[in-house]
Amino acid sequence: MARSLDSSHVGSAEKGEWPKPLKAEACELSFYYGSRLVLKRVSVPIAQGNITALIGPSGCGKSTFLRCFNRMHDLYPGTRYEGAILLYPEGRNILDRQVDPIEVRMRLAMVFQKPNPFPKSVYENVAYGLRVRGVRDRRVLDEKVEQALRSAALWEEVKDRLSALGTSLSGGQQQRLCIARALATDPELLLLDEPTSALDPIATGNIEELLQDLKRRVTILIVTHNMQQAARISDWTAFMYLGELVEFGPTKRLFTTPTNKQTEDYITGRFG
Amino acid sequence: MKGRTVLVPEQGTAGSSKPLLVEGEGRRRVRRIRELVIEGGLLVAALVSVATTTMILAVLVVESLGFFDTVSLYDFLTDTLWTPLFDDPHYGILPLLAGTIVTSMVGLLVAIPIGTVSAMYLSEFASPRVREIIKPVLELLGAVPTVVYGYFALLVVTPALQWIWPDLPGFNMLGPGIVIGIMILPLVISLSEDAMRAVPMMLREGSYAMGATHLETAWRVVVPAATSGIVAAYVLGISRAVGETMVVAIAAGQNPNLTWNPMEPAATITAYIVQVALGDLPHGSIGYRSIFAAGLVLAMMTFTFNILGHVMRKRFREVY
Ligand SMILES: Nc1ncnc2c1ncn2[C@@H]1O[C@H](COP(=O)(O)OP(=O)(O)OP(=O)(O)O)[C@@H](O)[C@H]1O
Ligand SMILES: [Mg+2]
Repeated sequence: MARSLDSSHVGSAEKGEWPKPLKAEACELSFYYGSRLVLKRVSVPIAQGNITALIGPSGCGKSTFLRCFNRMHDLYPGTRYEGAILLYPEGRNILDRQVDPIEVRMRLAMVFQKPNPFPKSVYENVAYGLRVRGVRDRRVLDEKVEQALRSAALWEEVKDRLSALGTSLSGGQQQRLCIARALATDPELLLLDEPTSALDPIATGNIEELLQDLKRRVTILIVTHNMQQAARISDWTAFMYLGELVEFGPTKRLFTTPTNKQTEDYITGRFG
Repeated sequence: MKGRTVLVPEQGTAGSSKPLLVEGEGRRRVRRIRELVIEGGLLVAALVSVATTTMILAVLVVESLGFFDTVSLYDFLTDTLWTPLFDDPHYGILPLLAGTIVTSMVGLLVAIPIGTVSAMYLSEFASPRVREIIKPVLELLGAVPTVVYGYFALLVVTPALQWIWPDLPGFNMLGPGIVIGIMILPLVISLSEDAMRAVPMMLREGSYAMGATHLETAWRVVVPAATSGIVAAYVLGISRAVGETMVVAIAAGQNPNLTWNPMEPAATITAYIVQVALGDLPHGSIGYRSIFAAGLVLAMMTFTFNILGHVMRKRFREVY
């Protein structure tokens, strides 16, 4: 079944279940590692100013999907995209060969599953994106760094050791540092790939709370293994299975009355 | 519950049902003895190299002690002349030390920038095919006999330099220094490249995700992340440069000369040692003993750099 780009026909989304306005939209996105097809015509809308969660069993292609948005796959030879990801407001297909991946990455930011601070000071970690964008003015840097660290709820803990190595922080702090690094450049869309899977419940709680505060400023697309987490924090949920989108809808509805049997089995833990 | 009954045999059946794969007492003893013999053999082999090193050090120390009976340690470390074979002998190590330091420094000034940039290219930019071609060539560079490098310094590099500075003497420290740099380049490149490749992809992805270019990622993330490994490569390079003998013996001139100017001729510790060792000094004479004192200084320097380098290499391995 081909899913049309027109929202009224998309899979399981019913009337009134299509978000608006959109920050981005994957349209019939297929992806290959070599000759291996791992995303099959996936269409998911990303609502502006909302949190969209991507759930599904391990290996179903969640990370692969997320990494299409900032063209991360371009780093590896033999990968291929098909279909489109439109980034609004202009609605341009960012997978187009004509589009410079760096230009796309300048507008998006990503937080990875495992905290990956650079072996630099806390300050330089957060300032990295700004420096890459050519910001030299110390005052601007100072201000942006502080702002980002505050947004990531890390400022109070690190304000006295901005020159300490980012890698010397605790796991939860490192992940918040990575979030601060991502926020410092005011991204339009924040991509998070299981950002709390390496953290304890308290650090996880901190970050979930943080994401709630952030969504007013930045659109969030988050991959999570943890269904409770998706239910707690997201506005929209997409359920993927074996490289396909099974169901998309408002989180509350999807978790209470899933229309698809597979979705129901998965969220009730009856999967596999 | 099910698992438990399988793992713990019931009391009654334990004795009667003997597992098939358990070996007999005799076989077990034979095997144990064989293991012991093999282990012992390996230990002896390892001890031979340890013993050799220890004995070399012991000889150096013992012969040097004879030297320091005649010459005070203070004179050795502060006298600015090294003329053990003259009628009016002086035994100040400083001129030789200066020669060693200057030639090594020149070598490092060549090897560090070129080595770092080449390693960065090989690790971050070169396609696998290019890397496959360059790496064996580098190893070949390391396989050239040092005598050849010595004559290369004397007959090619120095004349080339004289083209730029006509009053450069035929023996000088600059030419051999540059050649030492070329000699240690393969080592510096391959160790630095190892360090850069050991940087996890995760860090590079983090940088690219922020919109960084390939070059920015290599320079601002990969190189800093690999710093301790890269510095270890430099340190091991220094150790090699300090111990280098043929090049300086052939092309730097062999007269001890306390100077920091690489355009002048001078002798290094190593050059002095070959020079004297090749002559026919009577065994036990002070001149003969002086090469052990000089050798001890040299050994202490290279040991220090080697240990330092290996400690740093180990540390960078542990970071990830
Ligand atoms: N570099 C790669 N080359 C080939 N196949 C890959 C590669 N990376 C992932 N895959 C395959 O693509 C499929 C999707 O992987 P992906 O990492 O996107 O899954 P995921 O949903 O994020 O799983 P998890 O929840 O375990 O992180 C898997 O079957 C995986 O084996
Ligand atoms: Mg994943």
